[in-house]
Amino acid sequence: MDIHEYQAKEILASFGVAVPPGALAYSPEQAAYRARELGGDRWIVKAQVHAGGRGKAGGVKLCDSDHEIMEACEAMFGRKLVTHQTGPEGKGIYRVYVEGAVPIAREIYLGFVLDRGSQRVMIVASSEGGMDIEDISAQKPETIVRSAVEPAVGLREFQAREIAFALGIPAPLVQQMVRTLTGCYRAFRDLDATMVEINPLVVTGDNRILALDAKMTFDDNALFRHPQISELRDKSQEDPRESRAADRGLSYVGLDGNIGCIVNGAGLAMATMDTIKLAGGEPANFLDIGGGATPERVAKAFRLVMSDKNVRAVLVNIFAGINRCDWVAEGVVQALTANPVEVPVVVRLAGTNVEEGRRILEQSGLPVIAAKSLMDAAQKAVNALTDGATNLEKAEAI
Amino acid sequence: MSIYLDNESRVIVQGITGRLAQFHTKEMIDYGTNVVGGVVPGKGGETVQGVPVFDTVKQAVAATGANASLVIVPPPFAADSIMEAADAGIGYCVCVTDGIPAQDMIRVKRYMYRYPRESRMVLTGPNCAGTISPGKALLGIMPGHIYLPGNVGIVGRSGTLGYEAAQQLKDLGIGVSTSVGIGGDPINGSSFKDILMAFEQDDQTELVCLIGEIGGPQEADAAGYIRDHMKKPVVAYIAGLTAPKGRTMGHAGAIISAFGESASEKVEILTAAGVTVAEHPSMIGETIARSMKQFA
Repeated sequence: MDIHEYQAKEILASFGVAVPPGALAYSPEQAAYRARELGGDRWIVKAQVHAGGRGKAGGVKLCDSDHEIMEACEAMFGRKLVTHQTGPEGKGIYRVYVEGAVPIAREIYLGFVLDRGSQRVMIVASSEGGMDIEDISAQKPETIVRSAVEPAVGLREFQAREIAFALGIPAPLVQQMVRTLTGCYRAFRDLDATMVEINPLVVTGDNRILALDAKMTFDDNALFRHPQISELRDKSQEDPRESRAADRGLSYVGLDGNIGCIVNGAGLAMATMDTIKLAGGEPANFLDIGGGATPERVAKAFRLVMSDKNVRAVLVNIFAGINRCDWVAEGVVQALTANPVEVPVVVRLAGTNVEEGRRILEQSGLPVIAAKSLMDAAQKAVNALTDGATNLEKAEAI
Repeated sequence: MSIYLDNESRVIVQGITGRLAQFHTKEMIDYGTNVVGGVVPGKGGETVQGVPVFDTVKQAVAATGANASLVIVPPPFAADSIMEAADAGIGYCVCVTDGIPAQDMIRVKRYMYRYPRESRMVLTGPNCAGTISPGKALLGIMPGHIYLPGNVGIVGRSGTLGYEAAQQLKDLGIGVSTSVGIGGDPINGSSFKDILMAFEQDDQTELVCLIGEIGGPQEADAAGYIRDHMKKPVVAYIAGLTAPKGRTMGHAGAIISAFGESASEKVEILTAAGVTVAEHPSMIGETIARSMKQFA
């Protein structure tokens, strides 16, 4: 789960990481008022969306007056910010964060990630802050410092000092850097984060180390023990289809194609998408309804997939192991009888009692196209798109 | 022989009183697995599916001589249960639980390093379907009847995609020595490479089928091992060619975040290591059949 910059800064500050003074606003007037409260004569207005690359996309503005703040906010509120991380649909701006501008002497990149290679929390830092880490590793890989944290003892001070010196932090500021690193690590560990990124972490003209930006992502599997983090979820930043699916306990990712997919198991769901592509089609979604494939889940899945208006055909691919195919077939029949769909539905069942399952589908009288293998199913789904045949003709063709 | 699991294995089920655990315990017993007991704190003295329940794993090991365990407990308690198994001297543990916090798994891995390599428990999973040595024993939640006994080793992340491969092999009359699920989580007990090393040593296994997916460095690590150390042929399939970068595809670990983690890069790396990669999932069985003829 992602959170906003201002929320991440609040959390990190509570772990001892220094951040510039700032305040949240829900309207242009409130933003101008907040700026006056903060004092100073220069402010940054930052759109709060769950995506990086805001600066280049016009989501961060430097302002010298009330008037400029109002103007910057008018251009942000209610708009969709499109950055290289949001996709073409962008993310809505409903909150802005106002911060006092600080004089920057140096910019540093600082990231904490769950490293799958070492199976530990890995610190990644670079003296070239302000750029994406992908660009740093492509253009200046020699500036990157990596350090894995031993989970039994946590981040040690010597380790934090090593990172600080490797980044060329002047000796008088090293203790501040150590505090920043240990603060981030403790926040990562205590709150079950999967990513903490400060880009840039700056050294100011007056020798302070401040987190100018902050991004935190949390482990969905650990939210049960962090209710205060769960409360920070902002559904306005999520794909509405994916939020709906998550609320129903289904795993869904919306894509750009027109063949809806309903599959049990994540690996099989990805394999189904790949096969559709190979057959010349485009999948409309990833959807894993879980190993069991109960009739209720199948019914929910149909409603979810059909809520995507681009869907022109649906491919159901279920491997029934413990749950037999005949039982899954009954579920499909129930779901389609209760909520008929307007597009061709290709069903491929495999596993236990597969013949019985196919017979149930064929005798249901529903316009369902049965398929034998996954490739066969993908081809039939693609053909169903182009044939332009009616559902009834399809049913007779079985 | 097979790897990790055979008819000598004495199995306990941690969390045996749960509804799902009871169901799968029965399935395992019906398959012929030697299930000798279960563990649920506070339920010691009860009997489930005809086997005794103990309060702790140590008690279960002392009373039954158990050497393998299936952990099927809710996510908040799973890491603790795995560590309890490791501390009680269990040799092989499968954890099927989906949804364990990643940092819990980091702690589990760190904890297991307390024990010297020769006596360290082997963990596969979490978030996997389990392990089966067809005709001998089943430790997990997969349907046993889709596997024929034979000489192909299967290792994969995904449950149902692994079933797909086993079913295709069965339809072609090809059997399996052992099928191991390593699970879909980012931090897991055993890697592809760990399992490949075991299959390379196993005299029953003639060919290994590796079923990978997007995310993480383990397929690339496996490719390095195959290229440098493996004599047995390997056939692979990698799911997720159409998966967009930066999105989690169902499995917590299925997310492309670095170079070498996309399906096309993994296919390329494995092919360069001499692995035959099946073009699409419906071809896994045929590709294995062809390779077996070629290497026979």
